[in-house]
Amino acid sequence: MDQIRNFCIIAHIDHGKSTLADRLLEFTKTVTKREMQAQVLDDMDLERERGITIKSHAIQMNYQFEGKEYIFNLIDTPGHVDFSYEVSRSIAACEGVLLLVDAAQGIQAQTISNLYLALEHDLVIIPVLNKIDLPGAMPEEIKDQMVDLLGCDRDDIIPASGKEGTGVDKILEAIVKRIPAPKGNPEAPLQALIFDSVFNSFRGIEVIFRIYNGSISKGDKVKFVATGKEYSADEIGILRLQKEPTDIIRTGDVGYLISGIKTAKEVKVGDTITHSANPTQEAIHGFEDVKPMVFAGVYPVETSDFEDLREALEKLQLNDASLVWEPETSAALGFGFRCGFLGMLHMEIVQERLEREFDQTVITTVPSVQFWAFDTKDTKHIVNAPSEMLDPSKLSHIEEPFIKAQIITKAEYIGGIMNLCMEKRGILKTQNYLTTDRIEMLFEMPMAEMVFDFFDKLKTISRGYASLDYELIGYRESAMVKLDILLNGEKVDALSAIVHRDKAYEWGKKLCEKLRELLPRQQFEIAIQAAIGAKIISRETVKAMRKDVLAKCYGGDISRKRKLLEKQKKGKKRMRQVGNVEIPQEAFMAVLKLD
Amino acid sequence: MAGIYIHIPFCKQACHYCDFHFSTNQSYKDLMIETICKEIELQKDYLFNQPIGTIYFGGGTPSLLNHTNLSSLLNTVYKQFQVDPQVEITLEANPDDLNLDYIKELPLLGINRLSVGIQSFNNDNLKYLNRTHTGNEAERSIKLAQEYGINNISLDLIYGIAAADHKIWLSDLQTAISLNVPHISAYCLTIEPNTVFGKWLKTNRIQNVDDEFSAFQFELLTEQLEMAGFEQYEISNFGKPNFYSIHNNNYWKKIPYLGVGPSAHSYNIISRQYNLSHNHLYLEKVNKGELHFTKEILSEKDLINEHIMLGLRTSSGCNIDFLKNKFNFELLKNTRLDFYFSDNYMYLSNGNLILTKKGKLLADKITFDLFLE
Repeated sequence: MDQIRNFCIIAHIDHGKSTLADRLLEFTKTVTKREMQAQVLDDMDLERERGITIKSHAIQMNYQFEGKEYIFNLIDTPGHVDFSYEVSRSIAACEGVLLLVDAAQGIQAQTISNLYLALEHDLVIIPVLNKIDLPGAMPEEIKDQMVDLLGCDRDDIIPASGKEGTGVDKILEAIVKRIPAPKGNPEAPLQALIFDSVFNSFRGIEVIFRIYNGSISKGDKVKFVATGKEYSADEIGILRLQKEPTDIIRTGDVGYLISGIKTAKEVKVGDTITHSANPTQEAIHGFEDVKPMVFAGVYPVETSDFEDLREALEKLQLNDASLVWEPETSAALGFGFRCGFLGMLHMEIVQERLEREFDQTVITTVPSVQFWAFDTKDTKHIVNAPSEMLDPSKLSHIEEPFIKAQIITKAEYIGGIMNLCMEKRGILKTQNYLTTDRIEMLFEMPMAEMVFDFFDKLKTISRGYASLDYELIGYRESAMVKLDILLNGEKVDALSAIVHRDKAYEWGKKLCEKLRELLPRQQFEIAIQAAIGAKIISRETVKAMRKDVLAKCYGGDISRKRKLLEKQKKGKKRMRQVGNVEIPQEAFMAVLKLD
Repeated sequence: MAGIYIHIPFCKQACHYCDFHFSTNQSYKDLMIETICKEIELQKDYLFNQPIGTIYFGGGTPSLLNHTNLSSLLNTVYKQFQVDPQVEITLEANPDDLNLDYIKELPLLGINRLSVGIQSFNNDNLKYLNRTHTGNEAERSIKLAQEYGINNISLDLIYGIAAADHKIWLSDLQTAISLNVPHISAYCLTIEPNTVFGKWLKTNRIQNVDDEFSAFQFELLTEQLEMAGFEQYEISNFGKPNFYSIHNNNYWKKIPYLGVGPSAHSYNIISRQYNLSHNHLYLEKVNKGELHFTKEILSEKDLINEHIMLGLRTSSGCNIDFLKNKFNFELLKNTRLDFYFSDNYMYLSNGNLILTKKGKLLADKITFDLFLE
C-alpha cells in the first residue's frame, strides 16, 4: 500500500491534460511507442476529434524511483462543466491531484471550481505550469496567479510541456514524494468506491472502483450498498492499456469488476461495493443521482425510424448513465423521446453519437430546463416540456431553476460580459480581482437563459478569454409564459417554448421572422403567428408559391431533371405536416439560432 | 421515327447564361466534323435500323459550319441510316451567321427548318446576355430566310431577365409574332452555376428574379402567343398547327434518338447515355475507333417517373393507361390528385392527365408529387 499513488489531473478544457497523460504513460513505459497515439485514454472517436474527454478513464502505471517500484493509478477526467459530476467522483478516488494550468491562458473558471473540489477532499495539490513551450507563454505571470490562488510556494510549481515532454520526470518524482500513499485497513470489511462504469458489448458493464478498506478477490460475492443488488465478482483486474485480470485487489488500489451487469443504470457511480457475507457498516459517502439539467424532444427524421431510435438510445444509455429519456408524442413530429441532458454540450454529444454510432439523424426540439408549476391548490407539477405546462386557469405560479455562474475573464471584457448577463436576467453578486488583470465575476441567473447561446456569446464577447462554471442554487418564482407558434391557425407543439414574460414579444417576433425564412413557399399563403394563450403577439406571412417549373427539358436534360425532382420529393418527404403546412426539419431547430 | 442529334461544340463567344458544352477555339473545326462523321459510323446500329424522321444540328453554334461541313455530316447520316423522305432537318443558327450566301445554300443541302437564337430584340438585353447580334440584325435574318423560301422557322426567346421589365418582354413577343414564324420556344432565364451569370449570382452582382415577376411574364407569353394562333404544345414550346417540332416532340414522346458529338445524349427506350464533354478527349477516343460514354440503364421506377415528368409538360398530357398496362402503376390512386383536381391545377381527359394554365406554373412541384417513391 505504501507504494501506491492515486491521482487525477485537473485542468481547464484545452489546457493539455490528455497530452500530458500521454507523456506520463510513455515515460513509465505503460504504452510502447508503437501503441502510442495522441490522447491514448480518449478512446471514443468523438473525444479524439473534439480534443475533449467525455468519460472518465483510469490507467495503472509502474514507476521505479530510488530502487522501489511504485504503482500509479491515474484517473483522467473530463474538463467540460457539463461533466463536472464525473470529475467530482474521480477526485473522491484520489489522494493527490496534478493541477494543470496553461502557461498562455492562465487560470480558468473550471480550474478553480475543480480545485475547490479537490481541496474539499483534502487532496495534495501538485501545481504544474503546462505548455511552457508555447510562444505566447507567460510563465512568470501565470505563476503569480497560481501562487495567489493556491497559496503555494513558487518553487512548488513544476514547469512542463506535455507536447515536448519537458518536466515529466519532475512530475513523476513529485507524485512519489508529495502525494501520500492511501490509508486504509486491509483487515476491515470491503469498502470500495465506484467512480466509473464502462459498457462492453461482449461482457456487460465494467465497474471501475477504488478500494478504501479490505480487499476483493476473484469469485467473491459482493453487494452494491445503494442499490442493494448482489453480484459475483466473475473477473477482477487492474487497468493497464488493456485490462489485466488478477486474483486479488488490495486496499488503496484501483481496479475493475465484471459480473454480468447488463445496463449502466444498475450501476450508480458513487456507490460503495462491499462483501455480501461481511458487509461494511457504512457507505463511503452519500452519492447523488446525476440530475439532468436540460430537456429536449428527440425525434427521428423519418417517422418510421422510431423503433430504431429507441434501440439506439437504449444502447447509448448502456454507457452513458447520465442520459435519461422517456417516450413522448408530438402532433407535429410524431413519436419521439423527451431526453434529459447534463447540459448543452452533453446534448450535442448525444446527438452526434446517435448519428455516428447508430446512423440516426434526429430532430431536436427547443431545449428547456425543468420548471415547477404550482396549481391553485399549491401542488407542484414538474414541467420538462412546454406541453406539460398547466393550463393558465389552473396555474398559480411558476418557479424556475437558478444557477450561480462563475466567470473568469480579463478586466477589459467586464463591460460586455456584464451586459450579456443583465440581458440574460442575471444579477451580479460579487466581483473579485484575482490579479490586476484577471477578474472573477459571480452571477445568479436563470438556468433557462444559459441553455441557449450564453456560452457562445460569452466566448464571442471575450474573444475566448472568459471561462464559465456554474452550479444549481435552487428554484425561484419567475413570470414565465408559454409561447405558442401557429401556422395557418394550427398550433405547432414542437415549436412552443416557456419564456420570461418580458422576453416573450421579442422571442415571438424573432421566431416568426426566422420561420418565414425557413418555410418553403407552398401553393397557398402561410400565416405564421406567435401567441401567448389566445393573444397573438406577432405575425409573418409566407407568400404563396407562384411558379415552379424549369424552362427546358430536352434530350440532355431528362435524366438530370428527373433526378432533381426525385431529390426534391425526398426532401419533402422528410418534412412534417401540421394542418396543411409542410415544415422542414431546420424549422424545428430554428429556435436555437435566434439572434 | 427515330431522331439524330448532332452536337457542334463551337461558339464565337460565350453567352452569359449558357451552360452547354462548347469551345471558342474553332481551329480544329474540320477535324471535329470528320470525327463526328466517324462516330456516326461507329454508332450506326444504335437505333436498330429504325428509319430517321428528324436530324437536328444543335450546339454550340451549328451555323458556324460551312456548307461542306454540313453536307459531309448529312451524307454520312444518309449513308449509315435509312432516312425518311419527309425528314425534318433543323439547323440551330445565330442571326449574325444568316447572311444571304449562307441561307441560299441551306435548302440545297436538305435543311428545311431553322431554329434561330434570337433571345431578344432589345439591344440592352442582348448586350447583357452577351449575344453577338443586335435586335435589327435578328429581324433582318428572319426576313431574309423567309425571302429565300425557308418558312419553317423557330425563334428562341428568353424572359425573366431582371433588368427587362414587362414592357420589354411584351415588345419582344410582339416583334416575334409580327415576323410571322410558325414556331417559338421561350425560356425563363435560369442561372446555372457554371456560367458567367452563375458567378455573378454568387458574388451578388445579380439576383434571381422574384417568381411573381417570371410568373407574370410566363402568363404574358401564353396569352400573347395563343391570341396569335400558337398552341402551347409543351411548357416552353409554341407552334402553329402542323408546325410542332418533330425533333423536340420525340424527346417528350420517348422516341429513340442518337446523339453524336461531344456531350451529346442518346436514348433507346431502355437506357440513356451521354458522350464525354471534352473536345480533345472526344477526338482522341473516336479517332481510335472507341466510343466513350456514360450509360444509365433505366429502372422501372425511372421509366415511370420519366413518363410522368415528360407527359405533364406536354399538351397531350400524361397517359395513365400506359402506366397501368406497362407497369401496373395506378397513378390515380395518388391522394394529392384530389387537391390538384379540385383546385383546378389539372384535369383528366381520355385517360390523360393534363395541366391547366395554373398547373403549368407549378409543373415541377406537381410532377414530383406524382412521382413513384
